[in-house]
Amino acid sequence: MMDTVTFLLAGALLAGTPLLIAALGELITEKAGVLNLSVEGMMALGAVSAFITATTTGNYWLALLVGGIAAAALSAVFAFVVLITLGNQVATGIAVGVLGIGLSGLIGRNYESSTIAPMVKMPIPGLSEIPVLGPGLFNHVALVYLVPVLAVLTWWTLRSTRLGFVIRAVGESPVAAHAIGYNVVLIRFCAVLYGGFCAGVAGGFISVASATLWSDGIIAGRGWIVVALVVFGTWRAGRIAIGAYLFGAATLAGLLVQSFGVAIPSQLLTSVPYIVTIAAISLLSMNPAKARLNAPVSLGQVYLETK
Amino acid sequence: MRLPFTVQPRTERMRYGNLLPPAIAVSVTVLASVLILSRLDVSPGRALYFLYLAPFSSKFNIGEIILKAAPLLLIAQALAIGFRARVWNIGAEGQLILGAIGGSLLPIWFNGTTNPLILPGMIVMGALTGMGWAAIAAVLRVRFNANEILVTLMLNSIALQLLYYLVGGPLRDPMGFNFPQSALFPPAAMLPNLIPGTRANIAIFLGLFVSIAALVFMERSLPGFRLRVGGSAPDAARYAGFSDRRTIWISLLLGGLAAGMAGVFEVAGPLGQLQRVVTPGYGFAAITVAFLGGLRPLGIVASAFFMAVIYVGGDIAQTSASVPYSVNTILQGLLLIAYLCARVFTDYRVRWKSPTLRKTETA
Repeated sequence: MMDTVTFLLAGALLAGTPLLIAALGELITEKAGVLNLSVEGMMALGAVSAFITATTTGNYWLALLVGGIAAAALSAVFAFVVLITLGNQVATGIAVGVLGIGLSGLIGRNYESSTIAPMVKMPIPGLSEIPVLGPGLFNHVALVYLVPVLAVLTWWTLRSTRLGFVIRAVGESPVAAHAIGYNVVLIRFCAVLYGGFCAGVAGGFISVASATLWSDGIIAGRGWIVVALVVFGTWRAGRIAIGAYLFGAATLAGLLVQSFGVAIPSQLLTSVPYIVTIAAISLLSMNPAKARLNAPVSLGQVYLETK
Repeated sequence: MRLPFTVQPRTERMRYGNLLPPAIAVSVTVLASVLILSRLDVSPGRALYFLYLAPFSSKFNIGEIILKAAPLLLIAQALAIGFRARVWNIGAEGQLILGAIGGSLLPIWFNGTTNPLILPGMIVMGALTGMGWAAIAAVLRVRFNANEILVTLMLNSIALQLLYYLVGGPLRDPMGFNFPQSALFPPAAMLPNLIPGTRANIAIFLGLFVSIAALVFMERSLPGFRLRVGGSAPDAARYAGFSDRRTIWISLLLGGLAAGMAGVFEVAGPLGQLQRVVTPGYGFAAITVAFLGGLRPLGIVASAFFMAVIYVGGDIAQTSASVPYSVNTILQGLLLIAYLCARVFTDYRVRWKSPTLRKTETA
């Protein structure tokens, strides 16, 4: 039983970490008023770029960086189409996502199904020796501990800093933000790049730290869950963090239930996160006033700068 | 960002404006495909031949184009109607899978039948299950205001798991050595062949019929008019009393209907049984097809055939020059990206700023 608790805690953290990294990036993008649906493709490109870097150099931190940069480059394509040529955000997001999935398959074709030694863990001295909780919570790669810090930073930045104010202003009312002198297109462009970078790091985390392998389709719909998480968390970093770890736990529910010998089809358990997402989005959207409270007003709309 | 050009909405439509973005998108895609294949050590001449000429080089290959154009045409026509009303059904892939499952039930349950009514029965079943799957998104949108993009996307993932479960268990062929696939369908449950010596079947007729129906519906009928107004001028539509809810229901049910039937045509056509893979991404490719065709019925006919050529060309390049399948996916993405980019020239008036104006701005 205790082993199960440890397993569940460790697994939820490990599975929730990439979801949270990517969702915090998407949060910034959406707070600036841009809906980027290409997360799945950006994560895939990040995963393959990081995997190849880690395999060839052995440097995992460099690998995560390269994964982030590759995905940011892809998100620049998205940003160009929706911000400069004013393309529809939904359609462009899907198109760039498809491009990213295709590119990752092409780039990774010689690495298909190859594995890699997992990233070195960094047990926290003292804490990791606590029975049950220690190995579950405090025996991970360093990034796992850093991500909650990123969540707090994101929350603080959006709430109390000038940068956060500017991002929110651009997302709430681009016309007003432009009128008081902010460069809406530039700020949105940067927000998209940041979201792309985060998605790439998240993808890299999956390929070099949690799954420790590359295969085409490794992201397996997690990019879409990330998009849903931002809605699920009603555009608030804290709720998104809770959601990410809950989803991380949900992905393990399958293994757990089977370990108790309950005969539930594994496919049903694989579907649990998606079903939960649908239910959560429905419940959260039910009250339109509440749903709109934190949603950026200009989310997904084309912004045409007028002189 | 101080851009070197300004854009203003066009007040009147550009002449031949509908043709420019697809032409740019196709040119960019053809160019990109040659570049990508040359990186894979396929010479430009051979790349062009494999992808764009070889699909027309034999009767069998032309049959393949017709085979793949049918589901794309069917689904894209229905999606385009929804997109014009700004209902974002991204779930055609899942609705197609449900249609394939629903359509497979009769031939699996009545595997020895020779009754010719089984095929129409399968199509009705597939259409209903496809619509039922889309109806989940419609109910949640209408009742709970749940975003249909996210719901239909999640339903895609659930549909795939449902398919895996069914072909691995309840619908698995008991004589099939535990392979995750159903029994082979009886001949009466298979779509009639169109051209002997090819895999093309009569599904293309339905695709073309639906295209004409879409044209009449969108351009000549009141419900179609309501959908168009709802999409381009939501406030005006509400003022005129056009129902949002009805628009959502019509858009999603049409998508589910078309994708569901396309699913039946896959299992009753090239596959001949229910398998773990029932679609090479038609549900997503149809989104590209719908946009590339300018969301117009006639444009979609052209873009569906072009996308089918890319599918067939990709298959040929894969078998004759071992070009990875991912290249197909890349080209599909690029095609839509280039199209959406090029729309700026027809939707807006793009003007280069004069150097003096640029100077005063930076000052």
